[in-house]
Amino acid sequence: MHTEIAAIKKNDFSFYDIQKIRNDFPILKTLVHDKPLVYLDNAATTQKPQYVIDKMNYYYENYNSNVHRGVHALSQKATEAFEGARIIIKNFINALGKNEIIFTRGTTESINLVASTYGRANIKEGDEIIISTMEHHSNIVPWQMLCTEKNAKLRVIPINDNGEIIFEEFEKMINEKTKFVSIVYASNTLGTINPVKEIINLAHNYNIPVLLDAAQAINHLKIDVQQLDCDFLAFSGHKLYGPTGIGILYGKVNFLEAMHPYQGGGDMISKVTFEETTYNELPHKFEAGTPDIAGAIGLGAAIEYIEKIGLENIAHHENLLLDYATKAVSDLQGLKIIGTAKDKIGVLSFHFENVHPHDVGTFLDFEGVAIRTGHHCTQPLMRRFNIPATSRASFGMYNTIEEVDVLVHGLKKILEVFG
Amino acid sequence: MEQELRELYQQVILDHNKSPRNFRLIEHPTNHAEGYNPLCGDNITVYLSINDKGIIEDISFQGSGCAISKASASLMTSMLKGKTVAEAENIFNKFHSLVTDKLGDTPDIEDLGKLAVFAGVREFPVRVKCASLAWHTMMNALHNKNEKVVTE
Repeated sequence: MHTEIAAIKKNDFSFYDIQKIRNDFPILKTLVHDKPLVYLDNAATTQKPQYVIDKMNYYYENYNSNVHRGVHALSQKATEAFEGARIIIKNFINALGKNEIIFTRGTTESINLVASTYGRANIKEGDEIIISTMEHHSNIVPWQMLCTEKNAKLRVIPINDNGEIIFEEFEKMINEKTKFVSIVYASNTLGTINPVKEIINLAHNYNIPVLLDAAQAINHLKIDVQQLDCDFLAFSGHKLYGPTGIGILYGKVNFLEAMHPYQGGGDMISKVTFEETTYNELPHKFEAGTPDIAGAIGLGAAIEYIEKIGLENIAHHENLLLDYATKAVSDLQGLKIIGTAKDKIGVLSFHFENVHPHDVGTFLDFEGVAIRTGHHCTQPLMRRFNIPATSRASFGMYNTIEEVDVLVHGLKKILEVFG
Repeated sequence: MEQELRELYQQVILDHNKSPRNFRLIEHPTNHAEGYNPLCGDNITVYLSINDKGIIEDISFQGSGCAISKASASLMTSMLKGKTVAEAENIFNKFHSLVTDKLGDTPDIEDLGKLAVFAGVREFPVRVKCASLAWHTMMNALHNKNEKVVTE
Protein backbone atom coordinates (compact mmCIF):
# COMPACT_ATOMS: atom_id res chain seq x y z
CA MET A 1 0.00 0.00 0.00
CA HIS A 2 0.97 3.57 -0.75
CA THR A 3 2.80 5.09 2.21
CA GLU A 4 0.82 8.28 1.90
CA ILE A 5 -2.40 6.29 2.11
CA ALA A 6 -1.11 4.49 5.17
CA ALA A 7 -0.34 7.87 6.71
CA ILE A 8 -3.89 9.05 6.23
CA LYS A 9 -5.18 5.79 7.66
CA LYS A 10 -3.05 6.24 10.76
CA ASN A 11 -4.71 9.51 11.36
CA ASP A 12 -7.71 7.85 12.90
CA PHE A 13 -10.09 10.75 12.39
CA SER A 14 -10.05 11.04 16.18
CA PHE A 15 -11.43 14.57 16.14
CA TYR A 16 -14.66 13.04 15.06
CA ASP A 17 -16.88 10.26 16.46
CA ILE A 18 -17.78 8.69 13.14
CA GLN A 19 -19.64 5.72 14.62
CA LYS A 20 -21.87 7.99 16.65
CA ILE A 21 -22.63 10.06 13.57
CA ARG A 22 -23.38 6.96 11.50
CA ASN A 23 -25.81 5.78 14.15
CA ASP A 24 -27.72 9.03 13.72
CA PHE A 25 -28.54 8.15 10.09
CA PRO A 26 -31.01 5.25 9.98
CA ILE A 27 -30.61 4.63 6.24
CA LEU A 28 -26.96 3.66 6.66
CA LYS A 29 -28.12 0.31 8.06
CA THR A 30 -29.77 -0.53 4.72
CA LEU A 31 -28.50 -3.46 2.67
CA VAL A 32 -28.23 -3.16 -1.13
CA HIS A 33 -27.91 -6.47 -3.03
CA ASP A 34 -27.26 -8.02 0.41
CA LYS A 35 -24.26 -5.74 0.98
CA PRO A 36 -24.06 -2.83 3.40
CA LEU A 37 -24.98 0.42 1.67
CA VAL A 38 -21.94 2.54 0.82
CA TYR A 39 -23.55 5.85 -0.02
CA LEU A 40 -21.18 7.98 -2.09
CA ASP A 41 -23.75 10.07 -3.94
CA ASN A 42 -23.87 12.96 -1.50
CA ALA A 43 -23.47 15.62 -4.18
CA ALA A 44 -26.82 14.45 -5.60
CA THR A 45 -28.52 14.41 -2.23
CA THR A 46 -27.45 13.75 1.34
CA GLN A 47 -29.09 11.36 3.78
CA LYS A 48 -31.14 12.66 6.70
CA PRO A 49 -30.31 12.19 10.37
CA GLN A 50 -32.97 10.87 12.74
CA TYR A 51 -33.06 14.33 14.38
CA VAL A 52 -34.38 15.90 11.15
CA ILE A 53 -36.85 13.09 10.49
CA ASP A 54 -38.16 13.34 14.08
CA LYS A 55 -38.60 17.12 13.95
CA MET A 56 -40.62 16.83 10.75
CA ASN A 57 -42.71 13.94 12.06
CA TYR A 58 -43.32 15.78 15.29
CA TYR A 59 -44.72 18.72 13.37
CA TYR A 60 -47.09 16.51 11.38
CA GLU A 61 -48.12 14.47 14.41
CA ASN A 62 -48.56 17.32 16.89
CA TYR A 63 -49.01 20.78 15.42
CA ASN A 64 -49.61 20.52 11.66
CA SER A 65 -51.35 23.74 10.72
CA ASN A 66 -51.05 26.59 8.25
CA VAL A 67 -48.74 29.50 8.99
CA HIS A 68 -49.26 33.27 9.18
CA ARG A 69 -53.04 33.01 9.43
CA GLY A 70 -55.23 31.44 12.11
CA VAL A 71 -55.30 32.75 15.62
CA HIS A 72 -55.58 29.24 16.98
CA ALA A 73 -52.85 27.63 19.03
CA LEU A 74 -51.57 25.19 16.41
CA SER A 75 -51.24 27.84 13.73
CA GLN A 76 -49.27 30.03 16.10
CA LYS A 77 -46.99 27.16 17.02
CA ALA A 78 -46.46 26.26 13.35
CA THR A 79 -45.70 29.91 12.53
CA GLU A 80 -43.18 30.09 15.36
CA ALA A 81 -41.41 26.95 14.16
CA PHE A 82 -41.44 28.09 10.53
CA GLU A 83 -40.13 31.56 11.32
CA GLY A 84 -37.72 30.02 13.83
CA ALA A 85 -36.20 28.00 10.99
CA ARG A 86 -35.73 31.24 9.05
CA ILE A 87 -33.74 32.68 11.95
CA ILE A 88 -31.58 29.54 12.19
CA ILE A 89 -30.79 29.89 8.48
CA LYS A 90 -30.16 33.63 8.79
CA ASN A 91 -27.64 32.97 11.56
CA PHE A 92 -26.06 30.05 9.70
CA ILE A 93 -25.06 32.26 6.76
CA ASN A 94 -24.79 35.42 8.87
CA ALA A 95 -27.35 37.45 6.92
CA LEU A 96 -28.08 40.92 8.23
CA GLY A 97 -31.76 40.21 8.80
CA LYS A 98 -34.29 37.41 8.56
CA ASN A 99 -36.17 39.34 5.87
CA GLU A 100 -33.26 38.52 3.55
CA ILE A 101 -34.03 34.79 3.75
CA ILE A 102 -36.59 33.61 1.18
CA PHE A 103 -37.89 30.05 1.26
CA THR A 104 -37.98 28.44 -2.20
CA ARG A 105 -38.22 24.89 -3.54
CA GLY A 106 -34.46 24.69 -3.96
CA THR A 107 -31.42 26.18 -5.66
CA THR A 108 -33.03 25.96 -9.09
CA GLU A 109 -36.08 27.95 -8.05
CA SER A 110 -33.91 30.48 -6.21
CA ILE A 111 -31.91 31.19 -9.36
CA ASN A 112 -35.06 31.33 -11.49
CA LEU A 113 -36.56 33.80 -9.05
CA VAL A 114 -33.64 36.20 -9.47
CA ALA A 115 -33.52 35.75 -13.27
CA SER A 116 -37.23 36.41 -13.67
CA THR A 117 -37.55 39.34 -11.29
CA TYR A 118 -34.25 41.20 -11.00
CA GLY A 119 -33.16 39.95 -14.42
CA ARG A 120 -36.33 40.86 -16.30
CA ALA A 121 -36.39 44.34 -14.80
CA ASN A 122 -32.72 45.17 -15.29
CA ILE A 123 -31.32 43.26 -18.28
CA LYS A 124 -31.76 45.05 -21.59
CA GLU A 125 -30.85 44.46 -25.20
CA GLY A 126 -27.10 44.25 -25.70
CA ASP A 127 -26.36 43.67 -22.00
CA GLU A 128 -24.13 40.80 -20.92
CA ILE A 129 -24.45 38.19 -18.18
CA ILE A 130 -21.40 36.21 -17.10
CA ILE A 131 -21.39 32.59 -15.92
CA SER A 132 -18.64 29.93 -16.02
CA THR A 133 -18.01 26.73 -17.97
CA MET A 134 -18.61 24.58 -14.89
CA GLU A 135 -22.16 25.72 -14.16
CA HIS A 136 -24.95 23.26 -13.46
CA HIS A 137 -27.80 23.49 -15.97
CA SER A 138 -29.78 25.31 -13.29
CA ASN A 139 -27.33 28.21 -13.48
CA ILE A 140 -27.23 28.22 -17.28
CA VAL A 141 -30.76 27.77 -18.55
CA PRO A 142 -32.54 30.55 -16.56
CA TRP A 143 -29.97 33.08 -17.81
CA GLN A 144 -30.13 31.72 -21.33
CA MET A 145 -33.92 32.11 -21.31
CA LEU A 146 -33.55 35.66 -20.05
CA CYS A 147 -30.92 36.49 -22.69
CA THR A 148 -33.14 35.13 -25.45
CA GLU A 149 -36.09 37.17 -24.21
CA LYS A 150 -34.08 40.39 -23.90
CA ASN A 151 -31.67 39.89 -26.77
CA ALA A 152 -28.82 39.99 -24.27
CA LYS A 153 -25.61 37.98 -24.38
CA LEU A 154 -24.54 35.11 -22.14
CA ARG A 155 -20.77 35.01 -21.69
CA VAL A 156 -18.89 32.05 -20.27
CA ILE A 157 -15.62 32.16 -18.32
CA PRO A 158 -13.36 29.38 -19.60
CA ILE A 159 -11.59 26.89 -17.32
CA ASN A 160 -8.18 25.23 -17.48
CA ASP A 161 -7.53 21.48 -17.70
CA ASN A 162 -7.54 21.15 -13.91
CA GLY A 163 -11.06 22.51 -13.88
CA GLU A 164 -10.23 25.95 -12.48
CA ILE A 165 -11.66 29.24 -13.67
CA ILE A 166 -9.15 31.25 -15.69
CA PHE A 167 -9.44 34.48 -13.74
CA GLU A 168 -7.60 36.61 -16.30
CA GLU A 169 -10.27 35.67 -18.84
CA PHE A 170 -12.93 36.88 -16.45
CA GLU A 171 -11.02 40.14 -16.05
CA LYS A 172 -10.96 40.54 -19.82
CA MET A 173 -14.62 39.62 -20.21
CA ILE A 174 -16.12 41.99 -17.67
CA ASN A 175 -16.96 45.42 -19.06
CA GLU A 176 -19.54 48.20 -18.96
CA LYS A 177 -22.06 45.97 -20.78
CA THR A 178 -21.89 43.32 -18.04
CA LYS A 179 -25.02 43.58 -15.89
CA PHE A 180 -24.94 40.38 -13.83
CA VAL A 181 -22.53 37.65 -12.73
CA SER A 182 -23.84 34.25 -11.60
CA ILE A 183 -21.21 31.74 -10.49
CA VAL A 184 -21.12 28.36 -8.84
CA TYR A 185 -19.27 28.42 -5.50
CA ALA A 186 -18.22 24.74 -5.71
CA SER A 187 -18.68 22.54 -8.77
CA ASN A 188 -20.90 19.47 -8.41
CA THR A 189 -18.97 17.66 -11.16
CA LEU A 190 -15.37 18.71 -10.57
CA GLY A 191 -15.39 19.61 -6.90
CA THR A 192 -13.57 22.87 -7.69
CA ILE A 193 -14.00 25.65 -5.14
CA ASN A 194 -14.06 28.90 -7.07
CA PRO A 195 -12.32 32.12 -5.92
CA VAL A 196 -15.69 33.75 -5.29
CA LYS A 197 -14.39 36.53 -3.08
CA GLU A 198 -12.11 37.76 -5.88
CA ILE A 199 -14.92 37.41 -8.41
CA ILE A 200 -17.29 39.42 -6.24
CA ASN A 201 -14.70 42.13 -5.58
CA LEU A 202 -13.96 42.57 -9.25
CA ALA A 203 -17.65 42.61 -10.21
CA HIS A 204 -18.39 45.16 -7.49
CA ASN A 205 -15.68 47.44 -8.89
CA TYR A 206 -18.02 47.71 -11.89
CA ASN A 207 -21.15 47.85 -9.69
CA ILE A 208 -22.30 44.48 -10.99
CA PRO A 209 -24.33 42.25 -8.66
CA VAL A 210 -23.20 38.65 -8.11
CA LEU A 211 -25.26 35.54 -7.39
CA LEU A 212 -23.52 32.51 -5.88
CA ASP A 213 -24.88 29.03 -6.52
CA ALA A 214 -23.90 27.50 -3.19
CA ALA A 215 -25.74 24.17 -3.60
CA GLN A 216 -22.53 22.16 -3.17
CA ALA A 217 -20.59 24.60 -0.99
CA ILE A 218 -23.15 25.04 1.77
CA ASN A 219 -22.45 21.70 3.48
CA HIS A 220 -18.68 22.03 3.33
CA LEU A 221 -17.66 25.67 3.67
CA LYS A 222 -18.58 28.18 6.33
CA ILE A 223 -20.45 30.84 4.40
CA ASP A 224 -20.72 34.38 5.75
CA VAL A 225 -22.73 36.40 3.24
CA GLN A 226 -21.72 39.72 4.80
CA GLN A 227 -18.03 38.91 4.66
CA LEU A 228 -18.32 37.53 1.10
CA ASP A 229 -20.49 40.51 0.17
CA CYS A 230 -22.41 38.44 -2.41
CA ASP A 231 -25.68 40.02 -3.51
CA PHE A 232 -27.58 36.76 -3.83
CA LEU A 233 -26.91 33.23 -2.59
CA ALA A 234 -28.89 30.12 -3.52
CA PHE A 235 -28.86 26.68 -1.93
CA SER A 236 -31.02 23.61 -1.28
CA GLY A 237 -32.00 21.90 1.95
CA HIS A 238 -31.50 18.36 0.73
CA LYS A 239 -27.77 18.73 0.13
CA LEU A 240 -27.45 19.94 3.69
CA TYR A 241 -28.82 16.75 5.32
CA GLY A 242 -32.31 18.30 5.25
CA PRO A 243 -35.40 17.43 3.22
CA THR A 244 -36.00 17.85 -0.51
CA GLY A 245 -38.46 20.48 -1.73
CA ILE A 246 -37.08 23.33 0.36
CA GLY A 247 -34.32 25.75 -0.50
CA ILE A 248 -33.15 29.26 0.20
CA LEU A 249 -32.60 32.43 -1.68
CA TYR A 250 -30.59 34.96 0.28
CA GLY A 251 -30.67 38.45 -1.17
CA LYS A 252 -29.39 41.78 0.12
CA VAL A 253 -32.34 43.68 1.46
CA ASN A 254 -31.96 46.65 -0.92
CA PHE A 255 -32.14 44.34 -3.92
CA LEU A 256 -35.09 42.36 -2.59
CA GLU A 257 -36.99 45.54 -1.72
CA ALA A 258 -36.60 46.87 -5.25
CA MET A 259 -37.54 43.62 -6.96
CA HIS A 260 -41.02 42.75 -8.17
CA PRO A 261 -42.70 39.67 -6.71
CA TYR A 262 -41.98 36.32 -8.40
CA GLN A 263 -45.42 34.72 -8.05
CA GLY A 264 -48.76 36.14 -6.99
CA GLY A 265 -51.11 34.59 -4.47
CA GLY A 266 -51.80 34.28 -0.80
CA ASP A 267 -49.26 35.34 1.85
CA MET A 268 -47.41 37.69 -0.53
CA ILE A 269 -50.04 40.43 -0.33
CA SER A 270 -50.98 43.01 2.24
CA LYS A 271 -54.16 44.29 0.56
CA VAL A 272 -56.10 42.99 -2.42
CA THR A 273 -58.97 44.59 -4.28
CA PHE A 274 -60.06 43.76 -7.83
CA GLU A 275 -58.43 47.00 -8.92
CA GLU A 276 -55.04 46.62 -7.29
CA THR A 277 -52.88 44.75 -4.84
CA THR A 278 -50.36 46.00 -2.34
CA TYR A 279 -47.58 43.53 -1.75
CA ASN A 280 -46.57 42.19 1.61
CA GLU A 281 -43.24 43.13 3.15
CA LEU A 282 -40.11 41.00 2.92
CA PRO A 283 -39.62 38.10 3.00
CA HIS A 284 -43.30 37.24 2.43
CA LYS A 285 -43.44 39.23 -0.81
CA PHE A 286 -41.59 36.33 -2.44
CA GLU A 287 -43.42 33.49 -0.73
CA ALA A 288 -46.79 33.14 -2.43
CA GLY A 289 -48.99 30.27 -1.28
CA THR A 290 -48.69 27.86 1.61
CA PRO A 291 -44.98 27.08 1.98
CA ASP A 292 -43.31 23.74 2.68
CA ILE A 293 -43.67 24.14 6.44
CA ALA A 294 -42.34 20.73 7.43
CA GLY A 295 -39.50 21.22 4.94
CA ALA A 296 -38.48 24.53 6.51
CA ILE A 297 -38.61 22.98 9.98
CA GLY A 298 -36.54 20.05 8.69
CA LEU A 299 -33.95 22.38 7.16
CA GLY A 300 -33.68 24.31 10.41
CA ALA A 301 -33.18 21.01 12.26
CA ALA A 302 -30.53 19.90 9.75
CA ILE A 303 -28.54 23.09 10.42
CA GLU A 304 -28.83 22.57 14.17
CA TYR A 305 -27.52 19.03 13.70
CA ILE A 306 -24.62 20.19 11.50
CA GLU A 307 -23.65 22.88 13.97
CA LYS A 308 -23.54 20.32 16.78
CA ILE A 309 -20.96 18.37 14.79
CA GLY A 310 -19.25 21.46 13.45
CA LEU A 311 -19.03 22.39 9.79
CA GLU A 312 -15.25 22.67 10.07
CA ASN A 313 -15.02 19.12 11.42
CA ILE A 314 -17.22 17.86 8.59
CA ALA A 315 -15.09 19.67 6.01
CA HIS A 316 -11.87 18.34 7.54
CA HIS A 317 -13.27 14.81 7.52
CA GLU A 318 -14.39 15.06 3.89
CA ASN A 319 -11.03 16.49 2.86
CA LEU A 320 -9.24 13.51 4.41
CA LEU A 321 -11.58 11.12 2.60
CA LEU A 322 -11.01 12.96 -0.68
CA ASP A 323 -7.21 12.85 -0.28
CA TYR A 324 -7.31 9.18 0.59
CA ALA A 325 -9.64 8.30 -2.31
CA THR A 326 -7.70 10.42 -4.80
CA LYS A 327 -4.48 8.60 -3.98
CA ALA A 328 -6.16 5.19 -3.86
CA VAL A 329 -7.68 5.45 -7.35
CA SER A 330 -4.73 7.13 -9.02
CA ASP A 331 -2.95 3.77 -9.43
CA LEU A 332 -5.87 2.17 -11.28
CA GLN A 333 -5.14 1.45 -14.91
CA GLY A 334 -6.65 3.84 -17.43
CA LEU A 335 -8.33 5.97 -14.78
CA LYS A 336 -8.31 9.72 -15.23
CA ILE A 337 -9.53 12.08 -12.55
CA ILE A 338 -11.70 14.86 -13.97
CA GLY A 339 -11.26 17.90 -11.76
CA THR A 340 -7.86 18.33 -10.17
CA ALA A 341 -8.20 21.86 -8.83
CA LYS A 342 -6.10 22.92 -5.87
CA ASP A 343 -9.17 23.71 -3.76
CA LYS A 344 -11.86 21.05 -3.82
CA ILE A 345 -14.89 19.87 -1.90
CA GLY A 346 -15.34 16.13 -1.39
CA VAL A 347 -16.12 15.26 -5.00
CA LEU A 348 -14.11 12.73 -7.02
CA SER A 349 -15.08 12.47 -10.68
CA PHE A 350 -13.25 10.01 -12.88
CA HIS A 351 -13.29 8.38 -16.24
CA PHE A 352 -11.87 5.04 -17.38
CA GLU A 353 -10.29 4.73 -20.78
CA ASN A 354 -12.12 1.50 -21.59
CA VAL A 355 -15.09 1.30 -19.23
CA HIS A 356 -18.13 3.49 -19.63
CA PRO A 357 -19.42 5.18 -16.42
CA HIS A 358 -22.78 3.45 -16.77
CA ASP A 359 -21.12 0.04 -16.56
CA VAL A 360 -19.07 1.25 -13.60
CA GLY A 361 -22.28 2.34 -11.87
CA THR A 362 -24.02 -1.00 -12.40
CA PHE A 363 -21.04 -3.02 -11.14
CA LEU A 364 -20.57 -0.85 -8.06
CA ASP A 365 -24.27 -1.09 -7.29
CA PHE A 366 -23.76 -4.82 -6.82
CA GLU A 367 -21.09 -4.02 -4.25
CA GLY A 368 -23.62 -1.89 -2.40
CA VAL A 369 -21.85 1.27 -3.57
CA ALA A 370 -24.05 4.16 -4.75
CA ILE A 371 -22.26 6.63 -7.00
CA ARG A 372 -23.53 8.95 -9.70
CA THR A 373 -22.76 8.28 -13.34
CA GLY A 374 -23.64 10.58 -16.20
CA HIS A 375 -23.20 14.20 -17.15
CA HIS A 376 -24.27 15.54 -13.72
CA CYS A 377 -26.44 18.21 -15.35
CA THR A 378 -23.28 19.86 -16.68
CA GLN A 379 -23.32 18.93 -20.38
CA PRO A 380 -21.27 21.94 -21.56
CA LEU A 381 -18.60 20.97 -19.01
CA MET A 382 -18.55 17.39 -20.35
CA ARG A 383 -17.95 18.82 -23.81
CA ARG A 384 -15.10 20.94 -22.42
CA PHE A 385 -13.37 17.73 -21.30
CA ASN A 386 -14.50 15.90 -24.43
CA ILE A 387 -16.16 13.05 -22.55
CA PRO A 388 -19.83 11.99 -22.53
CA ALA A 389 -20.01 11.29 -18.82
CA THR A 390 -18.05 10.62 -15.64
CA SER A 391 -18.38 8.42 -12.59
CA ARG A 392 -18.57 10.51 -9.46
CA ALA A 393 -18.05 9.56 -5.84
CA SER A 394 -18.98 12.34 -3.42
CA PHE A 395 -18.41 12.24 0.30
CA GLY A 396 -20.55 13.20 3.24
CA MET A 397 -20.05 13.55 6.97
CA TYR A 398 -20.83 9.86 7.60
CA ASN A 399 -18.54 8.22 5.06
CA THR A 400 -15.56 6.21 6.24
CA ILE A 401 -12.19 5.26 4.93
CA GLU A 402 -13.33 1.62 4.86
CA GLU A 403 -16.11 2.66 2.48
CA VAL A 404 -13.54 4.21 0.16
CA ASP A 405 -11.75 0.84 0.26
CA VAL A 406 -14.98 -0.89 -0.82
CA LEU A 407 -15.22 1.57 -3.73
CA VAL A 408 -11.63 0.95 -4.82
CA HIS A 409 -12.03 -2.81 -4.47
CA GLY A 410 -15.15 -2.62 -6.67
CA LEU A 411 -13.27 -0.60 -9.30
CA LYS A 412 -10.50 -3.20 -9.36
CA LYS A 413 -13.06 -5.94 -9.97
CA ILE A 414 -14.47 -3.94 -12.88
CA LEU A 415 -11.02 -3.64 -14.41
CA GLU A 416 -10.61 -7.44 -14.17
CA VAL A 417 -13.85 -7.99 -16.08
CA PHE A 418 -13.28 -5.34 -18.73
CA GLY A 419 -9.48 -5.54 -18.72
CA MET B 1 -19.38 -12.06 -10.10
CA GLU B 2 -23.00 -12.15 -8.97
CA GLN B 3 -25.44 -14.20 -11.05
CA GLU B 4 -27.51 -11.25 -12.34
CA LEU B 5 -24.40 -9.30 -13.25
CA ARG B 6 -22.94 -12.30 -15.01
CA GLU B 7 -26.14 -12.64 -17.03
CA LEU B 8 -26.05 -8.97 -17.98
CA TYR B 9 -22.36 -8.87 -18.85
CA GLN B 10 -21.99 -12.14 -20.72
CA GLN B 11 -18.73 -12.86 -22.48
CA VAL B 12 -20.31 -12.13 -25.87
CA ILE B 13 -21.26 -8.64 -24.67
CA LEU B 14 -17.83 -7.95 -23.18
CA ASP B 15 -16.23 -9.15 -26.39
CA HIS B 16 -18.38 -6.98 -28.66
CA ASN B 17 -17.79 -4.02 -26.35
CA LYS B 18 -14.05 -4.47 -26.63
CA SER B 19 -14.01 -5.06 -30.38
CA PRO B 20 -17.25 -3.80 -31.88
CA ARG B 21 -18.08 -5.12 -35.36
CA ASN B 22 -19.07 -2.77 -38.21
CA PHE B 23 -17.90 0.21 -36.12
CA ARG B 24 -17.24 2.51 -39.04
CA LEU B 25 -18.75 5.07 -41.37
CA ILE B 26 -20.55 4.15 -44.61
CA GLU B 27 -19.57 6.91 -47.04
CA HIS B 28 -22.78 7.07 -49.05
CA PRO B 29 -25.50 5.35 -47.04
CA THR B 30 -29.01 5.05 -48.47
CA ASN B 31 -30.35 5.53 -44.97
CA HIS B 32 -28.98 6.81 -41.69
CA ALA B 33 -30.22 8.18 -38.36
CA GLU B 34 -28.85 9.48 -35.07
CA GLY B 35 -29.84 8.31 -31.59
CA TYR B 36 -29.22 9.92 -28.24
CA ASN B 37 -29.83 8.95 -24.63
CA PRO B 38 -29.86 12.17 -22.60
CA LEU B 39 -29.75 10.26 -19.33
CA CYS B 40 -26.22 8.99 -19.87
CA GLY B 41 -25.06 10.97 -22.89
CA ASP B 42 -24.84 7.91 -25.16
CA ASN B 43 -25.05 8.79 -28.82
CA ILE B 44 -25.02 6.64 -31.92
CA THR B 45 -25.34 6.99 -35.68
CA VAL B 46 -26.55 4.00 -37.70
CA TYR B 47 -25.78 3.80 -41.44
CA LEU B 48 -27.53 1.49 -43.92
CA SER B 49 -27.05 0.61 -47.56
CA ILE B 50 -30.27 -0.90 -48.85
CA ASN B 51 -30.44 -2.11 -52.45
CA ASP B 52 -33.46 -1.82 -54.74
CA LYS B 53 -34.59 -5.35 -53.78
CA GLY B 54 -34.98 -4.14 -50.20
CA ILE B 55 -31.97 -6.07 -48.91
CA ILE B 56 -29.61 -4.52 -46.35
CA GLU B 57 -26.30 -4.85 -48.17
CA ASP B 58 -24.29 -3.04 -45.53
CA ILE B 59 -24.92 -1.68 -42.06
CA SER B 60 -22.60 0.07 -39.61
CA PHE B 61 -22.59 2.36 -36.59
CA GLN B 62 -20.51 5.01 -34.87
CA GLY B 63 -20.76 6.80 -31.56
CA SER B 64 -20.06 6.31 -27.88
CA GLY B 65 -21.84 4.44 -25.16
CA CYS B 66 -21.67 1.85 -22.42
CA ALA B 67 -20.83 -1.82 -22.94
CA ILE B 68 -24.49 -2.79 -23.26
CA SER B 69 -25.28 -0.18 -25.91
CA LYS B 70 -22.09 -0.77 -27.87
CA ALA B 71 -22.44 -4.55 -27.85
CA SER B 72 -26.09 -4.25 -28.79
CA ALA B 73 -25.24 -2.07 -31.79
CA SER B 74 -22.39 -4.36 -32.80
CA LEU B 75 -24.50 -7.53 -32.61
CA MET B 76 -27.38 -5.79 -34.37
CA THR B 77 -25.24 -4.85 -37.35
CA SER B 78 -23.80 -8.38 -37.56
CA MET B 79 -27.28 -9.83 -37.44
CA LEU B 80 -28.99 -7.58 -39.98
CA LYS B 81 -26.45 -7.60 -42.77
CA GLY B 82 -28.02 -9.46 -45.74
CA LYS B 83 -31.53 -9.37 -44.28
CA THR B 84 -34.52 -7.74 -45.98
CA VAL B 85 -36.15 -4.67 -44.50
CA ALA B 86 -39.16 -6.78 -43.50
CA GLU B 87 -36.92 -9.32 -41.76
CA ALA B 88 -35.09 -6.51 -39.94
CA GLU B 89 -38.38 -5.14 -38.64
CA ASN B 90 -39.40 -8.59 -37.47
CA ILE B 91 -36.11 -9.05 -35.59
CA PHE B 92 -36.50 -5.57 -34.07
CA ASN B 93 -39.90 -6.57 -32.66
CA LYS B 94 -38.55 -9.79 -31.19
CA PHE B 95 -35.53 -8.02 -29.71
CA HIS B 96 -37.75 -5.35 -28.26
CA SER B 97 -39.92 -7.93 -26.46
CA LEU B 98 -36.80 -9.74 -25.31
CA VAL B 99 -35.50 -6.74 -23.38
CA THR B 100 -38.80 -5.23 -22.27
CA ASP B 101 -41.12 -8.18 -21.52
CA LYS B 102 -42.10 -8.71 -17.93
CA LEU B 103 -39.84 -10.82 -15.76
CA GLY B 104 -41.03 -14.40 -15.66
CA ASP B 105 -42.27 -14.45 -19.27
CA THR B 106 -40.31 -16.94 -21.33
CA PRO B 107 -38.57 -14.90 -24.00
CA ASP B 108 -39.07 -15.95 -27.63
CA ILE B 109 -35.49 -16.27 -28.74
CA GLU B 110 -36.16 -18.03 -32.02
CA ASP B 111 -34.35 -16.22 -34.86
CA LEU B 112 -32.48 -14.08 -32.36
CA GLY B 113 -29.31 -16.18 -32.25
CA LYS B 114 -26.59 -14.45 -30.24
CA LEU B 115 -28.95 -11.59 -29.41
CA ALA B 116 -30.48 -13.87 -26.77
CA VAL B 117 -27.64 -12.74 -24.47
CA PHE B 118 -29.62 -9.54 -23.91
CA ALA B 119 -32.33 -11.38 -21.99
CA GLY B 120 -30.48 -10.42 -18.77
CA VAL B 121 -31.20 -6.73 -19.42
CA ARG B 122 -34.79 -7.21 -18.24
CA GLU B 123 -33.45 -7.46 -14.70
CA PHE B 124 -32.07 -3.92 -15.02
CA PRO B 125 -34.85 -1.51 -15.95
CA VAL B 126 -32.47 1.47 -16.11
CA ARG B 127 -30.32 -0.34 -18.66
CA VAL B 128 -33.10 -1.29 -21.13
CA LYS B 129 -32.58 2.04 -22.91
CA CYS B 130 -28.91 1.21 -23.38
CA ALA B 131 -29.74 -2.07 -25.13
CA SER B 132 -32.49 -0.63 -27.33
CA LEU B 133 -30.95 2.70 -28.43
CA ALA B 134 -29.20 1.23 -31.51
CA TRP B 135 -32.34 -0.64 -32.52
CA HIS B 136 -34.66 2.35 -32.33
CA THR B 137 -32.09 4.35 -34.28
CA MET B 138 -31.90 1.60 -36.92
CA MET B 139 -35.71 1.64 -37.26
CA ASN B 140 -35.67 5.39 -37.77
CA ALA B 141 -32.96 5.01 -40.39
CA LEU B 142 -34.98 2.30 -42.18
CA HIS B 143 -37.88 4.68 -42.46
CA ASN B 144 -35.59 7.58 -43.23
CA LYS B 145 -36.89 9.62 -40.37
CA ASN B 146 -34.47 12.43 -39.81
CA GLU B 147 -35.54 13.39 -36.32
CA LYS B 148 -33.12 12.22 -33.67
CA VAL B 149 -34.16 9.20 -31.60
CA VAL B 150 -34.20 10.16 -27.96
CA THR B 151 -34.59 7.46 -25.35
CA GLU B 152 -35.22 8.64 -21.84
